Amino acid sequence: MSRIEGVLQTLKGQGRKALIPFITAGDPHPDETVGLMHTMVDAGVDIIELGVPFSDPMADGPVIQLACERALKHGTSLRRVLAMVSEFRKTNNTTPVVLMGYLNPIEAMGYEAFADAAVEAGVDGILTVDLPPEEAEQIAPLFAQRGLDPIFLLAPTTTDDRIRAIADHSSGYVYYVSFNGVTGAAKINVDEVAAKVAHIHKLTALPVGVGFGIRDADTAAAVGRVSDGVIVGSVLVDTIARNQTDIEALKRALTDLLNPMREALDSLAS
Amino acid sequence: MSVKLTEEMLTALPDARGHFGAFGGRFVSETLMDSLMTLEREYLRLKKDPEFQATFDKDLADYVGRPSPLYFAERLTRETGGAQIWLKREDLNHTGAHKVNNTIGQALLASFLGKKRIIAETGAGQHGVATATVCARLGLECHVFMGAEDVQRQSLNVYRMKLLGAKVHAVESGSRTLKDAMNDAMRDWVTNVDDTFYIIGTVAGPHPYPLLVRDFQSVIGRETRSQSLEKTGKLPDALVACVGGGSNAIGMFYPFLTDESVQLYGVEAGGLGIETGQHAAPLCAGRPGVLHGNRTYLMEDENGQIAGTHSVSAGLDYPGVGPEHSWLKDIGRANYVSVTDDEALQAFRMLTLVEGIMPALETAHAVAYAVKLAATMDKDQMVVINISGRGDKDIHTIAQLDGIEL
Repeated sequence: MSRIEGVLQTLKGQGRKALIPFITAGDPHPDETVGLMHTMVDAGVDIIELGVPFSDPMADGPVIQLACERALKHGTSLRRVLAMVSEFRKTNNTTPVVLMGYLNPIEAMGYEAFADAAVEAGVDGILTVDLPPEEAEQIAPLFAQRGLDPIFLLAPTTTDDRIRAIADHSSGYVYYVSFNGVTGAAKINVDEVAAKVAHIHKLTALPVGVGFGIRDADTAAAVGRVSDGVIVGSVLVDTIARNQTDIEALKRALTDLLNPMREALDSLAS
Repeated sequence: MSVKLTEEMLTALPDARGHFGAFGGRFVSETLMDSLMTLEREYLRLKKDPEFQATFDKDLADYVGRPSPLYFAERLTRETGGAQIWLKREDLNHTGAHKVNNTIGQALLASFLGKKRIIAETGAGQHGVATATVCARLGLECHVFMGAEDVQRQSLNVYRMKLLGAKVHAVESGSRTLKDAMNDAMRDWVTNVDDTFYIIGTVAGPHPYPLLVRDFQSVIGRETRSQSLEKTGKLPDALVACVGGGSNAIGMFYPFLTDESVQLYGVEAGGLGIETGQHAAPLCAGRPGVLHGNRTYLMEDENGQIAGTHSVSAGLDYPGVGPEHSWLKDIGRANYVSVTDDEALQAFRMLTLVEGIMPALETAHAVAYAVKLAATMDKDQMVVINISGRGDKDIHTIAQLDGIEL
């Protein structure tokens, strides 16, 4: 069983929902990322999605675009992100880490070299935004052989046939994008999400994490009620942007954001 | 390693998933997949629909003014002292460039799909103008994304788009040029996918765009082929076209791919010189990667981050290229070369003074290379340059270089 499956099964057994934060690696500085990861673990998160910065993040809104620019300014390459995960693993062997990003940095490194290095670093899952399963034929077996969970996106526009096919190619969890749009937009409709996630649950046994549009304890609880986990990104990245010069203040601010979300999710526990 | 291409091989490409050999494909976020698959299905149906094709042909004739002439540049030929130089006059199309062939086709597709809101990206502004034009004609809402730097250097086209009723969005992110305009167009599309049709201006992007843009632009090569046979009794020996994303080049090349005797030259923007790194020539100096929905040659750093580009011509200032060109390069069917900003500027002046035809700065790259090429060929041989656009939009750039304020 992968680390991701283990964590999600334990949560399910407890009737609890996963809190999954996203931050961009290397933002505000590569030296700070591992510390921020530990801070988030202390604030009660279950899985960390670590963004690999890319020069052309087409699926992201301005908040994460700017985070990518800050990270790239400090030379945050994919190799450097993997080194951060290694560093994190020195003191944390339990919190799963999912790398989330775009395909080209992985192409540049080489699929096999990347898969080897990811396992070596202690990465658990890979979510590549611009890689639908149709184009993953080459890379998916490399992940499977090494026990890396490929995590794919589902969207409001995804048809039932595709939901089944995508779930067949996924392990760990599937990531449901709550609305048509880029990260950081505020247009989530909880009723629509609830209906779609309930429908996805009928088509696959995999846990469903929901991301895009979750910005506080209320939205986290509303979405947590109908899914297996919530993914929180832009609001954290925006907090990093606003506190980039004072790391201690940043850590307090992240904790202050995540604690109420954790409490709100746990108050749902059956 | 040149491969002899057959009609059979060509009809098999792109394959069902949009691949040209190792290139192309559909690398987009999941939200767009359903739209792309619908577009592919509908396009493949309409491609065989006589009514759709008849409407397209009629619009090209009556609205664009096709066929565009194939003109013998007698004086340029004499000055060059080599092969006969002929010009395929896409600059005489309505809106002044080849871009309109494609926007007519895609706007028709949008109408058949019932989409009322159109978005487009643009570099030099020619595609933006061509899109705004067809939207005005069909009464469609039009949004054009354009890098803020390009908004500056192509202000004439920006104003033309506004006059045509389009909303121009200046894109401030990244390098503020064409690639960033395409990023923002994709972001708009993902947000408004239910009611919006994205008219991509070049043969890049996710499948089926490289296929359908190539099909719409192939009228250039088909006409050139029959005009050449009619006027000279033979096929040209060489075709030369500039390559940014590569839509005018593929439109010219495609109907000649199985004619082994016809040499194909795609001319990329060499900027300040390939050796300086300040250029926009992925086929000459890049390597395969994935950007904007397809696998193709890209300009990138060793970590897979997309590199900055430079060209005096906004329309060529793009780090990628259509996947079919990447395939044609790898199988050795087409040659990809580059000319510098300076060479292109000289060619602009030369064609203007010698033939009275003012080419777009993009097109001037093709002219610069073709003149060098023709000089090495025999007098009974024939080179066709695709004059993809006219240079009115570049007058400000040229004047600025001359130190003149207009």
